[in-house]
Amino acid sequence: MRRRDLALAFVGLLVAWQLVAWLAKVNVLPGPWPVALALLHALPRGLGLHFLVSGWRVVASVVLAMVTAVPAGLALGQSRLFGRLFSPVVYILYPIPKIVFLPVILLLLGIGNVSKVFMIYLVLFFQILVVVRDAASNLRPELLYSVRSLGAGRRALFRFVYLPATVPAALTALRVSVGTAIAVLFFAESFATTSGLGYYIMVESWGRLAYPEMYAGVVAMSLLGLLLYFIIDGLERRLAPWMFAREA
Amino acid sequence: MMIGIEALTFAYPNQPPVFQDFSWQVAAGEAWAVIGPSGCGKSTLLYLIAGLRQPRAGRLSVSGQPVPRPRASTGLILQDYGLLPWATVWENVALVMRLGRLYRAKSGPPDGSRPYPRADIGADQVDRWLLRLGIADLRDKFPNQISGGQRQRTAIARSLLQQPNLLLMDEPFSSLDALSREDLQRLTIELQRETGVTTLVVTHNIEEAVYMGRRILVLGRAPNTHAWVIDNPGAGAPAYRGRPAYWDKCAELRAALEAGAEAAAAETARVAAAAPAAAATEASGGAS
Repeated sequence: MRRRDLALAFVGLLVAWQLVAWLAKVNVLPGPWPVALALLHALPRGLGLHFLVSGWRVVASVVLAMVTAVPAGLALGQSRLFGRLFSPVVYILYPIPKIVFLPVILLLLGIGNVSKVFMIYLVLFFQILVVVRDAASNLRPELLYSVRSLGAGRRALFRFVYLPATVPAALTALRVSVGTAIAVLFFAESFATTSGLGYYIMVESWGRLAYPEMYAGVVAMSLLGLLLYFIIDGLERRLAPWMFAREA
Repeated sequence: MMIGIEALTFAYPNQPPVFQDFSWQVAAGEAWAVIGPSGCGKSTLLYLIAGLRQPRAGRLSVSGQPVPRPRASTGLILQDYGLLPWATVWENVALVMRLGRLYRAKSGPPDGSRPYPRADIGADQVDRWLLRLGIADLRDKFPNQISGGQRQRTAIARSLLQQPNLLLMDEPFSSLDALSREDLQRLTIELQRETGVTTLVVTHNIEEAVYMGRRILVLGRAPNTHAWVIDNPGAGAPAYRGRPAYWDKCAELRAALEAGAEAAAAETARVAAAAPAAAATEASGGAS
């Protein structure tokens, strides 16, 4: 995807937004210009801080999920014993919507950062775990035979085969679930808290009918998602360059 | 003796045996081809020798040692998918060097039967093998960016870098186009002569078996109870392919395969008739 195409798409979306705002003519739907002004106005007056708080929460959950789910997924995918023991547990837990545990988590971990980070972590953990497990267990036997025949034992297989094989899988899982993570964050921040973009949108703006400010919050949350998406994209290009190599 | 197989029996779980009371010997430095119909156990035999499968009964030794796990001094080249997709050509070959460093503490003497890869391989040796296999220009390409023939050259370079005394190849060239296939067959013969490595090429292709194997093991339908060997002293000469002797040998091998199929069919009928176990019908051929 070229930068120019991205810029064109961005402008196109702005134009569409403006058109809808003109046609609707309601104050619940301001155009991009007043929202941009509100964003610039609000950023140094609290919104910036809320952005950082939310960003910190997502990044902390993502890092936590990666460092726990990748090894766990590798263990499940690589070891038949682990797989047999824990796969049924994962099978039952995976489809449960983790967000329903939010009330319990709030009660147990309080209304601060810990509960939000844990909530998002819970959602991400299972997404990444399952994808990494499948990537590790779906490795072609020919590849494992070949590397084992070079004298590789378990340690070397882990280092040179399983780990690199799961990097793109983990990043793909992350890319898919980063949207979910921010949605969960929004929900978790929209009550029983005093900081974060969810709080800013629902309590500080929507609550007092300040629509341009509310949209400034929405834009900030979208930017947060976009930023994370870009970072994951960059990581993928850096850590999995063969995925982008042109075929012969 | 490079490979010694005595009274070997092997079966996959819940399946009839692929080998039963099977014996076979390979001397050091020989170039063998193993041929037989699909499902006859050619690849299984290779995996057994590679230490990737364990016999259910009988003895199997390589360089006089049993093979409970793959040994680094046996090279294994498969039809495809043997290269790390995330590593460049250079990195794929250099994997042997990195493995050697990882297991430095365990690395045994550089010769003989080594379970772990050599610890004394340097980057210059990686470069030299890339050059020898004609893939030096591709060093920074990923496997999905190069042709099938180039991928097999990479796999061969990687295997030879660890200076194996046994090279096992499982249908190594069967997914290549005709010209690349002949090219790599010739190259393999050259390398076999240069290094003196014992080679075993599993193939379902009669011409390939006759061109590459100075001795040919013919397997029939499972269970294989008997090593049926055809000697083919003309193989290994680059010009062999054009000679009448080559075509004669191809015809002989084809007849042997057909006879094997008939013998197997007769054997199946005989077993079905619940006759007592006896020696199976045997066609001609110098069993070792």
